[in-house]
Amino acid sequence: MKTAVQIAESRKSSAMYAGRPWVLLERGWIAFRSTNWVPVVTGFVEPVLFLLAFGYGMGNLVGDVTTGSKTIDYTLFIAPGLLANSAMNGAIYDSTWNVFWKLNESKLYKTMLSTPLGPLDIALGEITWALIRGLVYSLGFLTVVTALGLTPSFWAILAIPAASLVAFGFASFGMAITSFFKTYQQMGFINIVLLPMTLFSGSLYPISVYPDWLEKLIMALPLWHGIEMVRAFWFGDLNSGVLIHIATGLFVTSRRLRALFLR
Amino acid sequence: MSKPLISVRGLTKKFGDFTAVAGIDFDVAKGESFGLLGPNGAGKSTTMRILAATSTRTSGTVEILDKDPEQFGPLVRAHLGVVPQQDNLDGELTVSENLYIYGRYFGLSKKFIKGKIEELLEFAQLEEKRDVKVEALSGGMKRRLTIARGLVSEPDILLLDEPTTGLDPQARHILWDRLFRLKEQGVTLVLTTHFMDEAEQLCDRLVVMDNGAIMAEGSPSGLIKQYSSKEVLEVRFGSDRNKEVAPQLATMCERMETLPDRVLMYTEDGEALLEQIMQAKLHPTTSLVRRSSLEDVFLRLTGRTLIE
Repeated sequence: MKTAVQIAESRKSSAMYAGRPWVLLERGWIAFRSTNWVPVVTGFVEPVLFLLAFGYGMGNLVGDVTTGSKTIDYTLFIAPGLLANSAMNGAIYDSTWNVFWKLNESKLYKTMLSTPLGPLDIALGEITWALIRGLVYSLGFLTVVTALGLTPSFWAILAIPAASLVAFGFASFGMAITSFFKTYQQMGFINIVLLPMTLFSGSLYPISVYPDWLEKLIMALPLWHGIEMVRAFWFGDLNSGVLIHIATGLFVTSRRLRALFLR
Repeated sequence: MSKPLISVRGLTKKFGDFTAVAGIDFDVAKGESFGLLGPNGAGKSTTMRILAATSTRTSGTVEILDKDPEQFGPLVRAHLGVVPQQDNLDGELTVSENLYIYGRYFGLSKKFIKGKIEELLEFAQLEEKRDVKVEALSGGMKRRLTIARGLVSEPDILLLDEPTTGLDPQARHILWDRLFRLKEQGVTLVLTTHFMDEAEQLCDRLVVMDNGAIMAEGSPSGLIKQYSSKEVLEVRFGSDRNKEVAPQLATMCERMETLPDRVLMYTEDGEALLEQIMQAKLHPTTSLVRRSSLEDVFLRLTGRTLIE
């Protein structure tokens, strides 16, 4: 039986990383088993409601949409965009509000950092946990959409890894930003940014309807890239762009955790 | 004598212009129970955080088992059990889950922790509460669980920051009993406290801290012998008269402290001194003879009381 000291000695000592991010997932799972499922269910139901309201309600008025060279049914057009949204919601919920609480109220990370765990273990573990949540949301959404007969082909399943990438990107980014916030009022900024991004980033209509400058602005926002990527997989074209958010988020988060607690 | 487990030299910590710890030196030997005694703001908790490898120092050297905690943070933390001033148990988990996941943070195997949990629940007298969420525990139970949690990794050193602050007298006594058992088992304890009775009960050796500096060092009884008399006579004459009679009282004893509410007179024989005061017809409203404590040592060293 290895002791705590032998375990710590058996690897190259690093102030940032103990090589054990999965214990965060274990902790997440134990806590999740016993908490209620309501916030999880609402996060998943939201895009489904959007799909029903806009797809079947508005869709009847709108008819078909032309995007790029394709002309497709409106409901079919918004489905991948909402899938990207769903992945983002799941990831953001965990990486912002939950992280904020563990950072400032329950001081969970501080406790973890008094053990051999390092800030990078925590950042990696929490971001992965948020990613899993985003993945579960998008799988649920895809199931509903498939049941409604809105998946154009079997290859739409590839939209899931694409949505995971969106989730990973937003989880990293969300956690990095949250580490700078100190009060609940500041956390409100997240919603101020998220809601317009959700509405205007091209999940509900092609951004070609905008004047040129606005189109450029939207293209600078991360969600648009995510939506375009998921849509590309959905219909079978390709493109990338979220990877940069992942790298930046991981870097900033672990540095911030170190600055906050290991001063 | 074998090499000390903890060795601190010239330790200084500044926050901007404020000096929290001003160049302190001390050693802690294996199996020893070592205390940092001082009022709030004396620099005890800052020192503890540096020992716990969760805070950096401004200057000086610190060695824990021959390792610098700043360079070998994770490795040093693997040797330590940490009991922070405020309980930071995981509120979303139950009592046994708290112990389990904490062990996992150290990388310990599930099998090992499962066995350890039984032992620790018994130690913390929490067997009945194993499946209860920690929010539902009393203050004393939470404290015992926090200590038990710190022991999951079988640490060489247990760091306790103000272990009984905020607990009622009964809960404090239970806790002291548990800590005493650890001491008997040979666990090295380092604790901070501003309660002199706690320091007297638990510490083999202690340093008295004030304003970031060490004022004195020794065993509780040694410090009392060195800095105070055998007995203390506490007399009260009412807040206005205390000052009035002070000059007259001062002639009767070796040393005297005039506090806002009472006068402390240091002597080898309290009863005899009281007799002398009565004969001088000074008639205090209340009087009490007691043996000297660390509180008196602190008063002597700093001119202030520990709890203000």
